[in-house]
Formats: sequence, C-alpha cells, structure tokens
Amino acid sequence: MPESTFLDATELVLNMGPQHPSTHGVLRVVLKLDGEKVLGAECVIGYLHRGVEKIGENRTWQQFVPYVDRMDYCAAVSNGLGYCLAVEKLLNLEAPPRAQVIRVILTELQRIASHLIWLGTHAMDIGAQTPLFYTFREREEILNIFEKYCGARLTTHAFRIGGLQYELHDGFEQEVKAFCDMFPSKVDEYEQLLTANRIWLGRTKGVGILSAEDCKQYGVTGPLLRAAGVEWDLRKAQPYSGYEQYDFRIPTGMQGDTYDRYMVRMEEMRQALRIIRQAVDRIPDGPIMAKVPKVIKPPVGEAYVSIEAPKGELGYFVVSDGSTQPYRVRVRPPSFVNLQSLDRMVRGGLVADVVAVIGTIDIVLGEVDR
Amino acid sequence: MAEEQKPEIKLPAAHAVPKAPAAMAVAPWEDALTRNLKEQFGDEITEFSTYLGQNFLVARPEAVVPILEFLKLEEDFDYVVDITAVDYPARAERFELVYIVYSFARNQRIRIKTRVADGFEPATAVGVHLTANWLEREVFDMFGIRFAGHPDMRRILLPEDWEGHPLRKDHPITRVDERWVKENLGIDSAQ
Repeated sequence: MPESTFLDATELVLNMGPQHPSTHGVLRVVLKLDGEKVLGAECVIGYLHRGVEKIGENRTWQQFVPYVDRMDYCAAVSNGLGYCLAVEKLLNLEAPPRAQVIRVILTELQRIASHLIWLGTHAMDIGAQTPLFYTFREREEILNIFEKYCGARLTTHAFRIGGLQYELHDGFEQEVKAFCDMFPSKVDEYEQLLTANRIWLGRTKGVGILSAEDCKQYGVTGPLLRAAGVEWDLRKAQPYSGYEQYDFRIPTGMQGDTYDRYMVRMEEMRQALRIIRQAVDRIPDGPIMAKVPKVIKPPVGEAYVSIEAPKGELGYFVVSDGSTQPYRVRVRPPSFVNLQSLDRMVRGGLVADVVAVIGTIDIVLGEVDR
Repeated sequence: MAEEQKPEIKLPAAHAVPKAPAAMAVAPWEDALTRNLKEQFGDEITEFSTYLGQNFLVARPEAVVPILEFLKLEEDFDYVVDITAVDYPARAERFELVYIVYSFARNQRIRIKTRVADGFEPATAVGVHLTANWLEREVFDMFGIRFAGHPDMRRILLPEDWEGHPLRKDHPITRVDERWVKENLGIDSAQ
C-alpha cells in the first residue's frame, strides 16, 4: 500500500459564517473537518468592532454610560450596572438603598430576558422552532416594563453613576408582580417542550463538554462554569448592590455538557424570579440618587469591578487621571473570553454539534467585538 | 493628544471636589501572600499596594510569567480574569500591562502590573493559562505590544493587514487605515 492514497485526502476546510443564521450575528468559524468529524475550529471575529474602549476615552464619565448598553445589547441593563458600579467605586460612593433595590429588580428582569433570547435562538438552531415564539412572547412583557420605566426597550440607559435618573412609575410594583405570577408556569411550559424531548436530549446530552478544569484554564465563567459543577456566582462570592440580602440558590450541573447548561439557565430564570419577588416587596423609600457632583472627576486611581452578567463575569477596569474623562476603560467581556473555548468544545464532535455549541455558549457579537 | 481635546469645565463652588492628587493614593499591602511572594521573587517585585481595597503588585516584566505560575501552582490563583494594558506616552516605559487573577479557593482577586517600553516583547502567559491566548492577541491588536513565544501572535479584532494600534494615546479617535478601506471596501473614505 502506498503511504497516502486519495482516500486519505479527507481533510476539508469549511467556512461557517459570517453570514450564517446560527452564528448569532457576524461570527465566522473556520472548521477543519474529516468527513463529519471536527478536527479543529478557529473563530474569526471583529466584524462588529466599534472601538468602544477608545470612544470611552473621548467621552466624559457620564457620557459613556449609554455606550456600554450597545455591547451586550441583549442585556443592556447589566452592562450599565457594571459600568456604574465601577465608576462609583472610583468615586468611593454607593447608590442609595432605594436605587440599589430597583437596580436589582431591573437587572434580574434583564437576566431573564437575556436567557429567554438564548433559549429561543438556541432551540431554533437545533431545530425546534416553537420555543422561539414562546420565549419572545414573555420577553415582550419584560421589555414593556423597561419601556414604561425608562422609555427604551433594548438599549435602556436605565442607570446613572450614583443611582437612577427616573423615579418608578405608578403601578411598577404591580406590573412586576403580575409578571412574577405569570412567568413560572411559562418556564414549565418551555421545559415541557424540551427537557424530556428525545430530539433535544439527543442533540444536547454529552455535546460540547467542558470540564471545570477546562473552564478555569480558559477563564470561562457564568452558566458554563456552573454547569461544570462549580458553584460560583459573583452575586454570592462578592456581593454587590445588596445581593447578600436575597435568598437564592446557585444552580449547578454535573457533566458540563450542553444539556446541563440548558438546565442551569432554566433554573437561573426561576432563581432570578425569586430575587425579584423579594426585592419588589422591600423597595425602601428615600432618594434614588447619591450626592454626585454635576461634573464627575474621580481622583487619580484605578479600579476593577465585575458583576455576574447573564453570560458570565462582566468586568470594568477603569483608570482615572483626575479629569472629566476616563483615562482608560477596559471591558472584560464574558462572551469574548467564553468564545475562546469553542475549539475545545467542538473538537472531535460532529459538524452539526458546532451549531449547538455556539448556541450554548450564549454569545453576543456586539460584546465579543466591542 | 487626549489632554488637548478635553474641555475645561468650571465647577460650581457648591460641588467643588477636592483637588485630585497627582498620583494614586495607595496604601501598602502586606499579608501572608505578599510575604511568600517576597521570599520567592525578592526585588523582582518592586511594589505591593492596595487602592480602594483592591490589591496589586508591580513587578519587572521578566518576572510576570513566573509570578503567574507561582500564584497558580502554590497559591490557588487559577483563573486569569483579564490581561490588558494602559498607555502612558510620557513615561519612558510607556505601557503598563495589567494582569488580573482570581482564586476560587480564596475568593480573592489581585492585579499584577508591569511596565514595558515600546518595542519590548514581554513573554507570553499562554503556557500557564490558556485564556491568555486571545487576551494577549487583543493587547497586541490595540497597543502593538508583541508577546514573545505566543503561538498565534496575530491581530484579533481588526483586519490582519490594518495599520495602527487604536488604543495608543497618540492614535487619534477619527483615524482609520484609509489604504485598507480603499483596497478592501472600494470606497474613498470611511469617515
């Protein structure tokens, strides 16, 4: 036998994206294949790069708040919270209790909304069309609450450095409570569609496994880390905005596969709802804005503040030179860091699973590319 | 460059903020961890400080990767949160590289900082933490700092043949690589 025959020439390079419906935006993945088997995957990113960090250096501290919404546009409220907390840390001040509780309610609603987008699109990528319509139906309710509160649905600009701009509108509590009463049965509904569905199990069980050790090596956080069995959530590990006052559980998985991540996120939605229920009953009276000067000039220094965004650890490293503009704003995006593990997760699997794995990482390209 | 653009805004007297000091008002950081690090690395680490309750150390560039390895193997700092840089063009060693590491076991986060001159190639941390791969590529893309020994030292967000490193302070915010835009997009200007 000759050493290599044409039968060995099976290696194929397949270009997936940037215009591919399952890449959730403009992600290009170059796959090296041996038939149906994936030998390696390389991500080509940057199509949505807008230079957010450079823009930050050319805006004042307050002017930059609306820009951060445009990174992870599925979770704009969480982005805003992280940035405001970072600048508040530099200024060494805290938002008043009333503002903190309202922040928690809105951020947890946003977590549910973000997970709903993930669930709908992830299921659709795998071939289940129905959940998308179900999840967007409930997401609409959340966006309506946002719209009534701050006038915007997607890029909300809900928070300000030092607290909140707007007082709650009449009936906010009732709307949130009505959502809390309605939503649990809807989560059960999604679970009825998927949890024991044979096709769903076949497409997610044992697919894209990432062990706890791998997660730490790749810096992967959020639901991916928890699905690998690590009970770690920044809301518990390093509480901010008063999260230590709420009673909630960190769901974890065992295998670290796509199915476990699905179960973890489903449970996270229920836990987020628990937090919202507790928070809405205890909104204290008082001011919604701390005493913040009209012109913000943090003293010379630097700080790194991170929050548990729906997708993982979202951090802001801010450097002040004592002027009205940030000297440097670094965003530590969970999607970017998590996406790096794609190669590890798809290697040795099938081409069809790449789609499932991209969905399960839950990336937003606006945040990957910034 | 950035200084010229900043508008001078007069503060009303009622909101006057005390004049900011020229340097970060840091306090010394000392505990069991700093003692172990001192013992191990001696004067390779030049500063242990804390600011706003966040601990950081400043080390010589050659010592950073050994420190990361020591922290990972001996002190449980097993998660590199972020690697980034800050540009101070007035300094002789203009770039400040910042490594943020976290320990799940201790629930503690520290920063390792080092200063490098333009053109200096610090060693890559990919051998210790795989996360460093993309993070260092981004630092290279944005600041033009090459990491020696990196397995794949290419741009990551901007096109590979793009000119300029946008997060350098001497790179104006409106500047784009016109040649690249003309050749690849077929338009005269991106502005």
